[in-house]
Amino acid sequence: MAKACDQVWITGIGLISSLGEGAALHWNKLCGAGTLRPVIDPQRFAPYTVHPLADIDFSKQIPRTSDQRQMERWQRIGVYAAGLALADADIAGDQELLEKTHLCIAAGNGERDIALDSRILAGNHADGAQGAYLNQNLATGLRPTLYLGQLSNLLAGNISIVHKATGSSRTFKGEEMAGASAVADAVNRIEAGQGEVFLVGGALNAEREDVLLGCELAGSLYSGPHHSVWQRRPQGGGLVPGSVGAFLVLEAAEHARRRGVVPYARISGIVSDRSRRRVGEASSVAASLFKDLRLNPANEDIGVLSGASGVEPATSEELQFLAELERQKFKPVVRAWGSALGHSLEAHFFAGLALASLAVSNDAFYPPFDAFEDKGDAKSHPDRVLVTTFGHWRGEALALVQSAW
Amino acid sequence: MGSRMLDQKGRPVVVVTGIGLVTSLGVGADLCWSRLTAGHSGVKPITRFPTDGLRSTIAGTVDDFDITPTSAYDLSMAMAEAAASEAIVQARIGSVSRFPGPLIVATPPSELEWPHLDRLHDHDPGGDLTGYQRILANARTGLFADLAKHVRFAAIADRLQERFGTQGEPLSICTACASGATAIQIGLESIRRGDADAALCVGTDATVHPEGLIRFSLLSALSTANEDPKKASRPFSKRRDGFVMAEGAGALVLESYDAAKARGAKILAVVRGCGEKADDYHRTRSSPDGAAMIASIRRALADAGVSPEEIDYVNAHGTSTPENDKMEYLSLHAVLGEHLARTPISSCKSMIGHTLIAAGSVEAVLSVLTLNTGVLPPTINYDEPDPDLPLDVVPNTSRTARVSTVLSNSFGFGGQNVCAVFSGEPA
Repeated sequence: MAKACDQVWITGIGLISSLGEGAALHWNKLCGAGTLRPVIDPQRFAPYTVHPLADIDFSKQIPRTSDQRQMERWQRIGVYAAGLALADADIAGDQELLEKTHLCIAAGNGERDIALDSRILAGNHADGAQGAYLNQNLATGLRPTLYLGQLSNLLAGNISIVHKATGSSRTFKGEEMAGASAVADAVNRIEAGQGEVFLVGGALNAEREDVLLGCELAGSLYSGPHHSVWQRRPQGGGLVPGSVGAFLVLEAAEHARRRGVVPYARISGIVSDRSRRRVGEASSVAASLFKDLRLNPANEDIGVLSGASGVEPATSEELQFLAELERQKFKPVVRAWGSALGHSLEAHFFAGLALASLAVSNDAFYPPFDAFEDKGDAKSHPDRVLVTTFGHWRGEALALVQSAW
Repeated sequence: MGSRMLDQKGRPVVVVTGIGLVTSLGVGADLCWSRLTAGHSGVKPITRFPTDGLRSTIAGTVDDFDITPTSAYDLSMAMAEAAASEAIVQARIGSVSRFPGPLIVATPPSELEWPHLDRLHDHDPGGDLTGYQRILANARTGLFADLAKHVRFAAIADRLQERFGTQGEPLSICTACASGATAIQIGLESIRRGDADAALCVGTDATVHPEGLIRFSLLSALSTANEDPKKASRPFSKRRDGFVMAEGAGALVLESYDAAKARGAKILAVVRGCGEKADDYHRTRSSPDGAAMIASIRRALADAGVSPEEIDYVNAHGTSTPENDKMEYLSLHAVLGEHLARTPISSCKSMIGHTLIAAGSVEAVLSVLTLNTGVLPPTINYDEPDPDLPLDVVPNTSRTARVSTVLSNSFGFGGQNVCAVFSGEPA
């Protein structure tokens, strides 16, 4: 197929997190004077800290209570943020446009019924009759619609139902890399003329024990006194999850021009790979991906929004990669948004792209998110921002966000 | 380089050069096909776990792999490896540890199952902890790190990538019961774009465990015809009462026609096109007018550059639920019109059950086998036709026919509709 080679514009952002709601609010809070104070809750899931979602009135984007009832919280977070992005891109309510809006969603599983699980586990010691006991308790205890709150693709399904976006619908899995996969699918299709408008995004409800369990089983959860992502290494590293809904509208530039929409920025590159994570592999894979972005010239500031999770050794590998950029005479000004919002797994990469778009469109960059990060040139206003993600277990991806002009 | 083989829209022609299959009828495409075309059923009483008190106690389980203790991850993995290996060997592509293209794999939910939760809960962490506090305290010890594979969403893709040496970041995808078809669609698009010359597209699902079964049961989706398991899955028949859960995996090696020809590969079929459309009506039901299903079929035909009259056979989604089969008929009728009466349409789920996430992959493989052999697999258990669905379902026994072009349908919860069109090798 001949490449249409159209530019990929970011024309809508929907972002909710522990800091609050909306792209502008995030920009203002993250660029505000003084040191950033992340919103954390160290008590509710002690010894783990989470970034709890700000108070959100879900009915503003999901008016029907019957819809809300059929979703678990991760879906409500996602559907809400998706609605913000569609509204921001001036697509919400436009039936004709929504019908051709393709969904590329990153998702894990939904939420378990923690109370039911706990009840069953507490009583699960009847000798010999364990199977019958389990069957009976599941068959009578599970809410019939709970499964619909758990299926990975039902975040996309609910977005179609609530917001009427129905061009097509694909859900990608694999934690952080699911985000990169979803964005790459959309970008590739736009560039090849296989679609014009895409709603991409993901959501995490960090405030639940089953998410914490998944991270803890993998040895990836941080449980010490709260520190930014760069400063957890002495305690062995680990991620601090944050509730986030992050969505973007990606659009073929020509399509956006036709309907007179002003973009935040454009995605000029998205590359990913998966190393086996032997020592040094993640950083060298990232270095080779960086080459594929063909960034020139060096000797200029480059804003780096790092998706570092705090999990080791991935976070140290990323620092090695960033140090290598300096050796190549780039001047990376690094900000890890996980320190501000928490780590949001499937939603994480989209959040980074959203923050990068805001920086580019505001022609300014963020002050440090913690004491470890260099202030950089105070007048720094990079017109290109590198967004990184090193999966806490696997996968390396880089995206380049640039001014659309 | 000689002239490139392009389709009528100027895109590289994409072909299938290898297929692999695991179903409840056996391991391997040839074995499955011989049993399937003989009208055998792989549905049987569940013996893997106690079924006391369950409304549905039958499934198309795959019991050919020696996996103890079994789990959705381990069995899905084993089946995916077997199917992918078979497809790669048949395609004679790449080398043992290097497949020259990306991996796209459709995988079932990644979750802890009850034996895992029990293990995590049984250990005594000290203190008076209960429920998830107790489980989390145990998880913190690091003693249960072996369970991480069950909750890593790309664990299957990761291992397949390592085993077969596929290129780049592998994709793990879920579009519910259309997932297998989505994997093929993504592979097709990638080769058409010129991003790759080949792609390994796999779908796998082994979620016949108590909670998996009960979840579908609570949605009233499953057949409860437990007394005669082989007769339980009755697509398009009047007394169909739900689908039968099943396990399986399908794998296809896709290649550009030019790359396949250049290395002298045998071409099994052409992937003419795919179409998809999301439904906004309901979480488990399609819009009553079938708009999204109809659109997905139309888009598949349009993408393939094929007219409705050119469809010789439909490999139906045909789950055997009252809802799906009715809507599938309505949608096919809307698109194929009068031609539908002349078009045989069979549901292999009558024999192998519904392989869920894997169904689109499994049925794509079966569509390719239909093209290769000229045999239409039957819809078994078609004893009492549904008068509202006047279809030639190839009732009960297989049939030989000249088949040039096949439509394969996949529909899933969450408004997922994906259709694919396959043809024989271009002359």
